[in-house]
Amino acid sequence: MKQKLVVIGAGMASGRMLEHLFDNGGDFDVTLFNAEPRGNYNRLMLSPVLSGEKTYDQIVTHDADWYASHGVDCRFGEPVVRIDRTKRIVYSNAGGVPYDALVIATGSAPFIVPVPGKDLPGVCAYRDLEDTNKMIAASGPGAKAVVIGGGLLGLEAAAGMTARGAEVTVIHLMGHLMERQLDPAAGYLLQRDLESRGIRIHCKGATKAILGKDRVEAVLLDDGTVYPADLVCMAVGIRPEVRLANDAHLDVGRGITVDDQLRTSDLAIFALGECIEHDKQLFGLVAPLYDQARVLAETLLGREAAFKPVQTATKLKVTGVDLFSAGDFADGPGREDIVFRDPGRGVYKRLILEGERLLGAVMYGDTADGSWFFDLIKQGRDVTDLRETLIFGPAFQGGASANPLAAVAALPPEAEICGCNGVCKGKIVTAIEGGATTLDAVRSLTKASASCGTCTGLVEQVMALTLGDGFTANANPPMCKCTDHTHEDVRRLIKSMGLKSIPAVMQDLGWKTVGGCASCRPALNYYLISDWPTDYVDDRQSRFVNERNHANIQKDGTYSVVPRMWGGVTNPAELRAIADAADKYNVPMIKVTGGQRIDLLGVRKEDLPAIWLDFNAAGMVSGHAYAKGLRTVKTCVGTEFCRFGTQDSTGLGIKLEKLLWGSWTPAKVKLGVSGCPRNCAEATCKDIGVVCVDSGYEISVAGAAGMDVRETEFLYKATSEAEVMEVIAAFTQLYRENARYLHRIYKWVAKVGLEWCRAQMDDPANRRALYDRFMLSQSIYQTDPWAELAVTPADWAPIADLTLRAAE
Amino acid sequence: MSQFIDIAALDDIPRQGARLVKTQSGCIAVFRTADDQVFAIDDRCPHKGGPLSEGIVHGTAVTCPLHAAVFDLNTGQSTDDWHVKTYAVRVDGGRVMLDAAFLARRSAA
Repeated sequence: MKQKLVVIGAGMASGRMLEHLFDNGGDFDVTLFNAEPRGNYNRLMLSPVLSGEKTYDQIVTHDADWYASHGVDCRFGEPVVRIDRTKRIVYSNAGGVPYDALVIATGSAPFIVPVPGKDLPGVCAYRDLEDTNKMIAASGPGAKAVVIGGGLLGLEAAAGMTARGAEVTVIHLMGHLMERQLDPAAGYLLQRDLESRGIRIHCKGATKAILGKDRVEAVLLDDGTVYPADLVCMAVGIRPEVRLANDAHLDVGRGITVDDQLRTSDLAIFALGECIEHDKQLFGLVAPLYDQARVLAETLLGREAAFKPVQTATKLKVTGVDLFSAGDFADGPGREDIVFRDPGRGVYKRLILEGERLLGAVMYGDTADGSWFFDLIKQGRDVTDLRETLIFGPAFQGGASANPLAAVAALPPEAEICGCNGVCKGKIVTAIEGGATTLDAVRSLTKASASCGTCTGLVEQVMALTLGDGFTANANPPMCKCTDHTHEDVRRLIKSMGLKSIPAVMQDLGWKTVGGCASCRPALNYYLISDWPTDYVDDRQSRFVNERNHANIQKDGTYSVVPRMWGGVTNPAELRAIADAADKYNVPMIKVTGGQRIDLLGVRKEDLPAIWLDFNAAGMVSGHAYAKGLRTVKTCVGTEFCRFGTQDSTGLGIKLEKLLWGSWTPAKVKLGVSGCPRNCAEATCKDIGVVCVDSGYEISVAGAAGMDVRETEFLYKATSEAEVMEVIAAFTQLYRENARYLHRIYKWVAKVGLEWCRAQMDDPANRRALYDRFMLSQSIYQTDPWAELAVTPADWAPIADLTLRAAE
Repeated sequence: MSQFIDIAALDDIPRQGARLVKTQSGCIAVFRTADDQVFAIDDRCPHKGGPLSEGIVHGTAVTCPLHAAVFDLNTGQSTDDWHVKTYAVRVDGGRVMLDAAFLARRSAA
């Protein structure tokens, strides 16, 4: 006769247990009770359901067909109310079912913080599909949700609701998130990551009450903070669901006590899953539950099996968050740490050793080696030999030396350091020995770490090895005090995360200040203009005064005004208009600039619109003499008049200026076009210079004649004016897209290397694409600012004048 | 005695920007933050006379456009220890009201 098996609870553990049972030929009459009105589904996958990445149907593990084909009598939505151990009958409200063997798999109940308001509508746990659906319903865009508990489950709930558009706050009692799985440093990185996704985190926050009349309205903390909430999710922990077992007088500690065979104090009753206590231990993660399922199935089949809990590893199921922890990582006497940090990449790794064994591992940002460490922990093997390079993971094993640089030292010269540019260690060493003692110098000589930059740390280690004490790390500092990100990281993230406004950048990249500062705001405004020319709207209030007022502020608060003179060429009408304006607005000084323009100094702010109305009427536009943008194209007279001129340098200069004017760039851009190698336009100390020769046009870049003085370096030899224009527009776009804000071209080229720039220009398709992107931006930004600004002069004057009032 | 007078509409001042109010003893810069708080301080930076109304406004602070001193709009105190006078100002029905009591004090003096 078939054995009668009754299972209480259709969770993940019992589902897996039944699978084992049937797969191994178990012949049982199974009755499966479940309080939830459904069968087994993968509870772990509720988070993807919450975030919208999966649907409920996709996470069902056993469907009606499966139960039917194994003859399982399903009693879903029918809670068991009593166990009669003497008669071996399980009772629900629908009647009794006799058993030969009983499996209790009641799982756990969420712990509800006993605070006032905990029973208000709108407060839920995060345990089952009902809770998940409640959160989905309550987390549309604009909704406010508070999650109490910053553990695994709470953070998944928070991330899921955020993904659905809700504004989520996580309140966590402890000092850092996931304190059971992470140490403080990794908890901090996690917090930063989550905050950059727009989740507000409040650590050391004790919930005092949940406020609301008819339903939840807000959460009040001990420190007085109030967070408005349309929904409150309690995810502070679980406790084993043991009420049935208690009522049946089974041995119960914190959970239902079981032995290695998962047998309770009653020989006919077994238990598994989150409701049990084995060897004083409770279980919440899925790996040991599956182990229990296997052991229990074997036991029921009459085979030898014993449950031995093993170390478990944790991963957080939040898309894009990479964290891993395994084993024991608490500080303790006799324990030692090996720590590796790479703040640029947000990577943190910590290994915890005791004697010769690896006890635990915590990793954040780069968890690729997690399973390897987990293996070492489980094996408990002697890692003394590996110790010096252990933190580098399996890739570096084999070398044992007293120096943490050993892994790099052990690399052969042909080992590749920079994957992007295919630079091997030997080439870097040669460059360093040849005199490149700074990271920038190594970069410009070898291109190592000049592209994606992830190998920067390795390049620096090669430098440290080669230079010894002569090396000081060239730390790339954060953009400003508002963020931990570097300029390069911010530029990359703006593009990769599709951030299209300053508030979005500040929110998603976790700015530490409200509204940034005078240093990051103009930079962000530039990056957004450059990266999203058609989507982003220039934020005038994030511009420095000169660019906001389209004039250069002087030490006394007046402004200087420079109309554009294309290629430095003017005419009597323009000169007359300038002279008239100087008279009309009492301009104290008129000066010819180094860029072949006329500068009117000492103009009052309130006169700016009027003076520009006059200049616009005379056909002149802003000279952008104040801009991080195209300033001037200086020219000589060329073939038009000069005895030596080889090409029409004046005409080409004007064409270039008409092509480039109005474009915003990371720093100012000045051009020069000389008609012959005598170079009267001083083109070879400009950001971009053109020197005309009989055979065409030599384009050179990265000159400087300011704090640094540098000669330009050859970029491209063009044979036609059209080619010059395309190359220069494309190069300008390359600079616009890649440089850090305020870096002049020569600084940027020193970083990325001229070789790389040349390669970009020499590839016709790439050059054309850059040119097209430049022209797209120009179609929006090549406008005279004063055409719009000059018509509202009231904006430029004081809004109120109380001088008369005071006189009364 | 406070004596609030109507200066302008709130919308006359750009968010994260400022406008000037002229008085006989120099200009007062009236600021509007991103979240529509208003502040009024002397426009002139005591360091080198930079016009604070032309600075970049971030949070409830402004950075002087000339030499980057950062002033707290609440207190008029800068991070490098300059200090400018603050004036009571509030928004009433979309209008910016400035406490003009200082005018009376000055004319009385």
